[in-house]
Amino acid sequence: MSIQKTYEEINEKIRRGEAVVLTAEEVSQMALTASPEEIAEKVDVVTTATFGAMCSSGAIINFGHANPPIRMEKIRLNGVPAYEGLAAVDTYIGATACDPENPKYGGAHVIQDLIDGKDIELEAWGKGTDCYPRKHIKTIINKETVNEMILFNPRNAYQNYPVAVNSTSQMKYTYMGNLLPNMRNATYSTSGELSPLLNDPEMKTIGIGTRIFLGGTQGFVVWPGTQFNTSKPKNEHGVPVGNSATLAVMGNLKEMSSEFLQAAYYEKYGVSLFVGIGIPIPVLNADIAKNVSIRNEQIETTVCDYGVEGSPALGRVTYAELRSGEIEVQGKKIRTAPVSSLSKARKIAEILKQSILAGEFEISKPVQMFPTNTSLKSLKEIKGGNES
Amino acid sequence: MKMQKKRYVLKFPPQSGDQPFSYHLVKDFDIRINILRAEVWPGKTGSLVLELEGTTTNLKNGIAYLQENQVSCEPLNKKITWNQERCISCGNCTAVCFAGALQLDPEKWELQFDPEKCIVCELCVPACPLNLFKIDFRE
Repeated sequence: MSIQKTYEEINEKIRRGEAVVLTAEEVSQMALTASPEEIAEKVDVVTTATFGAMCSSGAIINFGHANPPIRMEKIRLNGVPAYEGLAAVDTYIGATACDPENPKYGGAHVIQDLIDGKDIELEAWGKGTDCYPRKHIKTIINKETVNEMILFNPRNAYQNYPVAVNSTSQMKYTYMGNLLPNMRNATYSTSGELSPLLNDPEMKTIGIGTRIFLGGTQGFVVWPGTQFNTSKPKNEHGVPVGNSATLAVMGNLKEMSSEFLQAAYYEKYGVSLFVGIGIPIPVLNADIAKNVSIRNEQIETTVCDYGVEGSPALGRVTYAELRSGEIEVQGKKIRTAPVSSLSKARKIAEILKQSILAGEFEISKPVQMFPTNTSLKSLKEIKGGNES
Repeated sequence: MKMQKKRYVLKFPPQSGDQPFSYHLVKDFDIRINILRAEVWPGKTGSLVLELEGTTTNLKNGIAYLQENQVSCEPLNKKITWNQERCISCGNCTAVCFAGALQLDPEKWELQFDPEKCIVCELCVPACPLNLFKIDFRE
């Protein structure tokens, strides 16, 4: 009879301090000599993590009302535009927002400064109404003065991601780093065998309501991420060979640390935010044990030419090859470099492991699983819009 | 004889691009040259970053020879500095560092910077998303 554990049984072990917790890298090593059945028997939770630039991130902030009150219809935080269409004093500041006059300081930097307790200049304008008579305010806010600041990232933790190369004769400046001409470098972004959604490719344990490590504190998976795509081709190990599923995540920004949430600026591209995410995977059975045992040589991804419109695919490589420092694409040897931090991801997986071992972090059964049959639409251009 | 090794930046006027200066440095002045960086475009100004090794006298004479031929030769007095404390070891700088001065330790995947290998190509400066590299102009 094969083993089958419940979330509650594992949480009982966590509370008693008896749970066996390994990082995804440790369990991949263990799997070299242990069968999935043995792993399911011995291991209760496997921790996964990633620390990469995730542009689809941002924060909801409530400033509180001034006296006299204002209905903020245009908002600037340290000069960075924030969304003005959320009631009177709520806003959403996107990580990639910026003032074109000052492109190197954007929403991600405002978010990081807020976490670090720095003062931020808030300037807002309104037309003035009977209930909100004020037309202008210029003041200072920080994480102590605002009511709430909540990180809400609509698309994080991509399940796999392409490798970027550039076949043209010009340097290409991208969110995958600076791509040298004539395919003289190749960049890749996921943490491979440590990456959350590569360890649970069918998302049997990760869904709406999953408690996670987010930016240094506990957060939650709140929805499938935008561009959630389950129809990408998979390899023989069940892993999609390109960017596929994603997560929408949320957590209390006031409790986060800039050690795990770091603003970034990419030359001639723009601002982004490095987000640290750790996800515990309960080893409920041998099937899940097999998934978390995946190794870098079994995870493949697609090499795409970012120099050419549509980023055509040029080949397929494994993460073991990417980590070796050199890949071969169409007969050409290309130097590789990561653009997300494996050392930080390992630190997050270890912190998460230690907090589960200490009984401070319990696993949660998703309240709803993700859809299993989604694909991606592209934006079609309808000539003339609604005028014709 | 005491040997010296030093890095220089050479700037060529457009009309001198077809002359074999490096041949003369080797043949006439017994200077060992190591080309660290080269930007030579026919009809335009060119520049070379060279490591020159030779006796004090030969280096002095070799540099005088270049200057007589309208090639400027200045010591490379720039270096790259890196704010290690704030570094997240993402790897973006290693993607553009062809000199191999910036590498991720293959065990810990933390960034290592070897200033000895750095040829001050400056590609790491814009490549770092945290803006942690600076060009230091002091000697």
